[in-house]
Amino acid sequence: MLLYFRLFYEFAKTGLFAIGGGLATLPFLYEMSVKTGWFTTHDISNMIAVSESTPGPIGINMSTYVGFQTAYTYFGAAGGILGGITATLSLVLPSIIVIELISKVLNKFKESQLVQDIFYGLRPAAAALVAASGMSIAKVAFLIENTAAITINFKSLILGILIFVSYKLFKLHPVVYIAAAAVIGIIFKF
Amino acid sequence: MKELFKLFLTFAKVGCFTFGGGYAMLPLLQKEVVEKNNWATEEELMDYFAIGQCTPGIIAVNTSTFIGYKRKGIIGGIAATLGMVFPSIIIITIIAAFIRSFAELEIVGHALNGIKAGVCALILDAVIKLTKKSIIDKYTLTLFVVVFFIALLTDISTVILIISSGILGVVISRIKTRINAGKGEA
Repeated sequence: MLLYFRLFYEFAKTGLFAIGGGLATLPFLYEMSVKTGWFTTHDISNMIAVSESTPGPIGINMSTYVGFQTAYTYFGAAGGILGGITATLSLVLPSIIVIELISKVLNKFKESQLVQDIFYGLRPAAAALVAASGMSIAKVAFLIENTAAITINFKSLILGILIFVSYKLFKLHPVVYIAAAAVIGIIFKF
Repeated sequence: MKELFKLFLTFAKVGCFTFGGGYAMLPLLQKEVVEKNNWATEEELMDYFAIGQCTPGIIAVNTSTFIGYKRKGIIGGIAATLGMVFPSIIIITIIAAFIRSFAELEIVGHALNGIKAGVCALILDAVIKLTKKSIIDKYTLTLFVVVFFIALLTDISTVILIISSGILGVVISRIKTRINAGKGEA
């Protein structure tokens, strides 16, 4: 029982202080590993690999994984499932409270000139951040970096272009393209 | 009740097909939230994304809470967020319990490499949509270019970038109003 309270405490703390997306939770996990001994830093790199290769936001995946793993060691499978749920819900609890408060305030002042002016600056910045993160994914997807040289991964590039063009043309649900990309990746051994 | 369930299901669907961080879910959100269900406008979605990056917690969760709250108040925010995390809890629990070597499986690697190329294409389309709505004059164009290169080339935290852009938004708006007022007098 005490373990679940500690999971709640550690993950609620992470949810409250990790600002700026899933990878911001990493420093907290390293600290948790040192402080609690629940898992080693080697386990963390394995958890990152799993979280990145499964659907869902990375931060959420990490919490479920850590919560399950930790409670599983002490209480077996059923305890593990409860641990995963506890850690994940604790992580999102502060977000829900903070965002609902902000929403309330925002609804009240939506029409004010000050808020309008803030968003006038925020919107291009948000678009730029998405563009920059797209660029870093593109670097991993389309370039092959060796010690000798950097070459273009033509197979991936062609797939990317094909998907972009067919998305523009047919406007099917993005889910269709993500599933198709996975299947093509498996068939042609990307 | 029906709408709460729909919020839960829609965000569960988004969670199921988001690979990587919060940015990768943007194309899915545009489709589901803006185009299909009309729960928010493109501009509102962008605002939620921006605020979600400088408030505590994960961007994906913050955005879900915003949209859920907008539709159905406090309960709506909770329903949307639970939907977003639901697929993760199921999938990760199964993997953690049974397939420890999941990330090393060859087939997973191939699928992910394909998905990465696909996600890039979808994000490019999302960015084009976003720039159309957010770059409305030479000031916002400049801000976009500057923030893009800072984010790409330096380690400066996105929190700082977002907050400074908000402040700049206010400063630029005030200067613009003053210039226009000056023109009016002349």
